[in-house]
Amino acid sequence: MVPPVQPRKLAKVPFVELADGRLQGVVSSGSDIGRVYVSSIASGTHAYNCSTNNNRPCGGLYGSPCKHLRALAAEAVLQYGLDRVARYLRADVPEGADLVDCLDGSHEPAPAAMVFSRFLRHLAYLEVPDTTVPIPELHWFPAAGVRR
Amino acid sequence: MLAAQLAALPDGDPEGVQEALALVNGLDDALVHGLARLSAERAEAPAALAAALAGTPLGERLAESSEKVASGSVADEHLTALAGGRAALLGAVHDALLADLDAALGRERAPWQAAPEPEADGAAHLLGGARSWLRELAITGWRGVDHDLVTAADQITEALLAVPGRRRLAVLLDGLAAELRACCPAGTAERLPVRRWADLWTRALLLAQDGAPPGAGEPVGTVSGRLLILGADVHEHATAVQVQVHAVLEPADGGRARLVRASAAAAKVDTITGPALWKLLHRHRVLLGALTDRRAVDVTDLPLLGGGDLVWHDDRAVLGKPADPFTTARLLLDGALAPAEPPLDRHPVRIAEPVLVEGYTVTADGSFDLDGTVLAVDTERLPSCGPLTPELVAGSTACVGLVRWDGGRWLLQPLAVQAKVKRQTTAITTGDWALGPTDPKVVKAEARAGDAVAVLRERAGRLLRR
Repeated sequence: MVPPVQPRKLAKVPFVELADGRLQGVVSSGSDIGRVYVSSIASGTHAYNCSTNNNRPCGGLYGSPCKHLRALAAEAVLQYGLDRVARYLRADVPEGADLVDCLDGSHEPAPAAMVFSRFLRHLAYLEVPDTTVPIPELHWFPAAGVRR
Repeated sequence: MLAAQLAALPDGDPEGVQEALALVNGLDDALVHGLARLSAERAEAPAALAAALAGTPLGERLAESSEKVASGSVADEHLTALAGGRAALLGAVHDALLADLDAALGRERAPWQAAPEPEADGAAHLLGGARSWLRELAITGWRGVDHDLVTAADQITEALLAVPGRRRLAVLLDGLAAELRACCPAGTAERLPVRRWADLWTRALLLAQDGAPPGAGEPVGTVSGRLLILGADVHEHATAVQVQVHAVLEPADGGRARLVRASAAAAKVDTITGPALWKLLHRHRVLLGALTDRRAVDVTDLPLLGGGDLVWHDDRAVLGKPADPFTTARLLLDGALAPAEPPLDRHPVRIAEPVLVEGYTVTADGSFDLDGTVLAVDTERLPSCGPLTPELVAGSTACVGLVRWDGGRWLLQPLAVQAKVKRQTTAITTGDWALGPTDPKVVKAEARAGDAVAVLRERAGRLLRR
């Protein structure tokens, strides 16, 4: 079964996932509410990329991860826990270190459009109407347990 | 549930359960490595299943299907027959277990009453897509599932979610795909939830048949009367949440009280968890208000499905007088008529019988000891959207809960407890926060985290192409 994710503030980084061999997600622009950045870090090679949803490269990528990538990594750690993210990326993170400082990849182009469309698909769930017809199959999926 | 009732519940499995589960395990094992690579030993499993069901209406089709599958030809109809055989076995296990439980509790159950056939909803091509994905899964086996195969489910579920009557299949496929994705590649994973995934695969294949009725079937009639709530059971995976309210309905015409359920479900995303889940169900204000304020509800003309489910309409419900779940359970649970289980839904996982347990001592591992007979308590199912914690359950003196059968034993899933809080005996239920958390610590944590639903809705409003 899928370990439940931890709640976190979604305002800055509305979408994070470990999928398709990457830590990938969407970071809201700090200056333009209509713009988002698509950021990703590949598992294994740690190659990273950041661009707008229209595929313009992020101006903050000067040979090291930009602030969007840093925010993505930090929020992923909140959501999934450091262990799970480090394991997925195959990164060695010594105790007390920041995940993003322990990555040794370089900037490589990556498909932003696919991540962005996964984000839109994610948002589309909130548009699905609720229902009062029972779904007996959900008995296989008990609520995520209390963690207080 | 009295000590005598618990003691009357047989310790071991009903006769034949072990044998039935052994046949199921054989088939499940074949699905681990895929039907394309059936070794001689695993190829016997479908044949054994067919032999066991030879005398049933499924017998002939199963015999043919098991031969075909063993010879490496895997068509939809063969998989459907295998899924049907597996479901029939687990349905029989369900029936035997529930009969034991009903006998121990002295609970009378209504006979199954078939509803009229619903009309086709034109989703046939979508069902075909779902079946072919499920066939790929069966051929590949859990060990062979890769990212591309998992991702192929996305389009199918997206299309199914848009058809109201196919919500069950959509939600089920999405849950299965998410688990496969989280384990992907599963080739090297040490342990896989083999029975569970085969269960989900089987149910999905049955729901994807062209003849599968949309929704949960047609209503058998409408009911009016007073609804007295026992508790709320919460189900959740990354993209769905369902609250199922168990209650006793006192019919307005003075007929016999009956056990019913009322459900509300919503689509969600993984980052919406905890008390925020209730916000997704805000349209059902009367139902949520009845949970929070512990009130009865007067309902008028609610459709009732054959399985004992009310189809909730908030505008046909009015909040009534205060009603404590423990009083309801003490006074009404024993005489209430339990609903029949729809034949296709029969599976041990579906057993969730409301009971009242009191007069117990709590053992070191958190189980309830009733005069020497021990009932295990499943605190893993306490939902994060409510105030009920394992500590409160461990300190409780009375509990309204659901009896379930999981992992080969009977368990109690608490929905409400009476426990001492600040030296006062208080009732705490899973539905207490339906209209928002009341614990200041939780309220603060929620405020710190911000409104996840609102943030995502804002993003959706700005970014989704309309």
